[in-house]
Amino acid sequence: MDDLFLLLLSTLDSTLRVSAPLVLCAMAGIFSERSGIIDISLEGKLLAAAFAAAAVAAVSGSAFVGLGAAIVTSVLMALLHGFACITHRGNQVVSGLAINILASGLTVTLGGAWFHKGGQTPTLSGDARFSPISLPGSDFLAEIPFLGTIYVELISGHNLLVYIAFLAVPITWWVLYKTRFGLRLRAVGENPQAVDTAGISVTFLRYRSVIIAGILCGIAGAYLSTGQNAAFGKEMSAGQGYIALAAMIFGKWKPVPGLLACMLFGFLDAMAVRLQGVALPGIGEIPVQFMQALPYVLTVILLAGFIGKAIAPKAIGRPYVKER
Amino acid sequence: MSVERIKTQGSEAVGGQSAPPPAIELKAISKSFGPVKANQNVDLKVLPGTIHGIIGENGAGKSTLMSILYGFYEADSGEILINGQKKKIHSSRDAISFGIGMVHQHFMLVETFTVLENVMLGAEGAPLLNKSSQSARKELLKLSKEYSLAVDPDAMTGDLPVGLQQRVEILKALYRGAEILILDEPTGVLTPQETDQLFKILDILRSRGVSIILITHKLQEIMAITDRVSVMRAGTMVSERETSETSKNELAELMVGRKVLLEVDKTDANPGEILLEAKNLSYKEDGVTKLDNVSLTLRAGEIVGIAGVSGNGQTELLAALSGICPLQSGSIDIGSTQITPKNHKNPKEFRELSVGHVPEDRHRMGMVTAFTAQETAIMGFHEDPAYNGKILMNNKAVQEHCTRLMQDYDVRPEDPKLKSANFSGGNQQKLVLAREMDRRPEVLLVGQPTRGVDIGAIEFIHKNLIAMRDAGSAILVVSVELEEIMSLSDRILVMFEGRIVGEVSGKEADARQLGLLMGNAGTQSTGSEQQNNNNTTHSEEIPA
Repeated sequence: MDDLFLLLLSTLDSTLRVSAPLVLCAMAGIFSERSGIIDISLEGKLLAAAFAAAAVAAVSGSAFVGLGAAIVTSVLMALLHGFACITHRGNQVVSGLAINILASGLTVTLGGAWFHKGGQTPTLSGDARFSPISLPGSDFLAEIPFLGTIYVELISGHNLLVYIAFLAVPITWWVLYKTRFGLRLRAVGENPQAVDTAGISVTFLRYRSVIIAGILCGIAGAYLSTGQNAAFGKEMSAGQGYIALAAMIFGKWKPVPGLLACMLFGFLDAMAVRLQGVALPGIGEIPVQFMQALPYVLTVILLAGFIGKAIAPKAIGRPYVKER
Repeated sequence: MSVERIKTQGSEAVGGQSAPPPAIELKAISKSFGPVKANQNVDLKVLPGTIHGIIGENGAGKSTLMSILYGFYEADSGEILINGQKKKIHSSRDAISFGIGMVHQHFMLVETFTVLENVMLGAEGAPLLNKSSQSARKELLKLSKEYSLAVDPDAMTGDLPVGLQQRVEILKALYRGAEILILDEPTGVLTPQETDQLFKILDILRSRGVSIILITHKLQEIMAITDRVSVMRAGTMVSERETSETSKNELAELMVGRKVLLEVDKTDANPGEILLEAKNLSYKEDGVTKLDNVSLTLRAGEIVGIAGVSGNGQTELLAALSGICPLQSGSIDIGSTQITPKNHKNPKEFRELSVGHVPEDRHRMGMVTAFTAQETAIMGFHEDPAYNGKILMNNKAVQEHCTRLMQDYDVRPEDPKLKSANFSGGNQQKLVLAREMDRRPEVLLVGQPTRGVDIGAIEFIHKNLIAMRDAGSAILVVSVELEEIMSLSDRILVMFEGRIVGEVSGKEADARQLGLLMGNAGTQSTGSEQQNNNNTTHSEEIPA
């Protein structure tokens, strides 16, 4: 019984680790898409930021400088997306895809040129990484059965960026629903003309939204290469940006359902690792590829029928042209 | 300029006798979009506390002028004076700060927001919503009461009927402190009762000193509510009149630049045999009943009009009668053919049964805007051997056919190779009508015959429909323009929530009675009572 409890805890623990970047990217997607800009470039921003964080952390020896570099890189890519989609009213999906391809090629090329390790960055250690934090009270709370164990095993012992990821959800919710900026952001994704005729600049509002998305993706990228792992590896984002996008749609463009969707996908991923090579009674060994494919299969199935219509912000994907 | 201004202000201060400066004064406003001169040297004076009408055909430049005033566009040249002061309006934000509010033809509302959120948007005050929404709620309730504009602040905007949505737009403007209110074609989407209600509201606003600019192409609205009226034609202001000193006929003439026939000239119908009979048609879409047991007959030589506020099943009725939507229950008899849910016919087969269809939305269903006029002119009949060789299309025949249609139906410019999108709304509509009418169908279904069409073309279209009736066709006209229904139809059926709720003979119909039927108020109760009842359902939150 105890063993099972600990096994569950450790699975949930890795769920948190795996879903942290998804959560950050999903919140980034919410900011961008709620303002009417399709953000398929979550993936590219994540990858570029991961590379920037690892590269700069390796050179500077500081994880925080790496984080800063990741955010700057990701925001620059977000601005590029904004320049194409908002200023020049380009196709948002095409622009997003271009950014993803750009990030994929650029990270490997620059990594190869700078570090000569075939696209890898040097392995990070010490201050160049975000290491786990023991939350206060872990020592004596560990004595308390059950709750104490949950606290120590599940809540405590993650790195700073995981906590930031989960804090991003209530903050996103608060910004969207409780601030003037959030009200306008939601409005511009539904009816940009209403915002324009109310005397608010649609362009500036949308730029701010994509910049916030850039910041969040930057943090997620830094987490990948300097928190969860200790170096940047070629294509290390491995479609997590897309998974986050799916989770966001699955969560109907809302922060809390989006979080839950990310955690579901994270949980499936954690299970996939746990079940690797384990023979289940009556079923036998489940091929790991099956478990890895599960989040994607689930997305398609759930989107196809089980969660009802996912109603996107009305003006999403449509460049705002001031015409009647 | 500045000297002049100081002088006028000075003389006011001393004399106190001279009239206050106009709330709005536009001087020599010009605006071009590329080669198109939308406004040329337009002057306009709106006196404070009056309702000033601006009337003109589609494309006369009314909306452009108002967009300039509201800061949506900037004028190429000219001056704007507000309360006698020269102002530069670069954006809507400027316009709002000068006390100008605008109710757009297509509402600028976020449908997924509550009324309160919509009213606040852009005028929230503090960066955090908590406090500002409380004070906004108070202010909103105060305004609601002061101007008799009852609406529930917590209602979801998209769920409200259009009349109330429009009220939210007016409240939005008042909340921003508007003293000058521009209304762009405000009655297009309203029932006659809602229109009456709107005019009452405008009257109250005027009595509180709000200056109102009313843009419309409906003459009777100008006559009913305005104090003064300006007429625009082809980007210029052609004249200005005291409303009390002009008439519908004079205004119509000024608008079009020639004499027009306002009343449709027609003889009594002489209905013959039944050409189409629909029995008990019902239709559901996503579980929502769109048609509810509709039965109707169309006889040779008569025009049957379907009146109703849009969205009450007219679209589905046309779709069923033209074969676009397969029947779910009921039957349609056309000649000796019976169409039932089991014996479905597609639109092409309906056409072969001599049913012509002019769709409500010509851009979506009547034509492909990227096609040339000659392609549009044969759409649906493109398999006719007359237009086809063995393998290739016979373009020469297609072009000749289109040229003839254009001559017969006065489609301008007479160029079969021109892209359909490049014709004006009226000429597009004439081309679609020509295509359907030229085949002399026994039954013709016409949706919104004159939507977005100017007066000259309306006259032409109406004449042709009546000529076709007299030649023995049965015609079904669906229109949201009550006047059109009344002047064209020999019989009028009124639709409400998918049902036919009343039938009136065309001769005896009056707008008020039809309006009551359209709002399903029946004939027994009076309009104002019913209207009030409707309002109270949305005003529970408002303290009396």
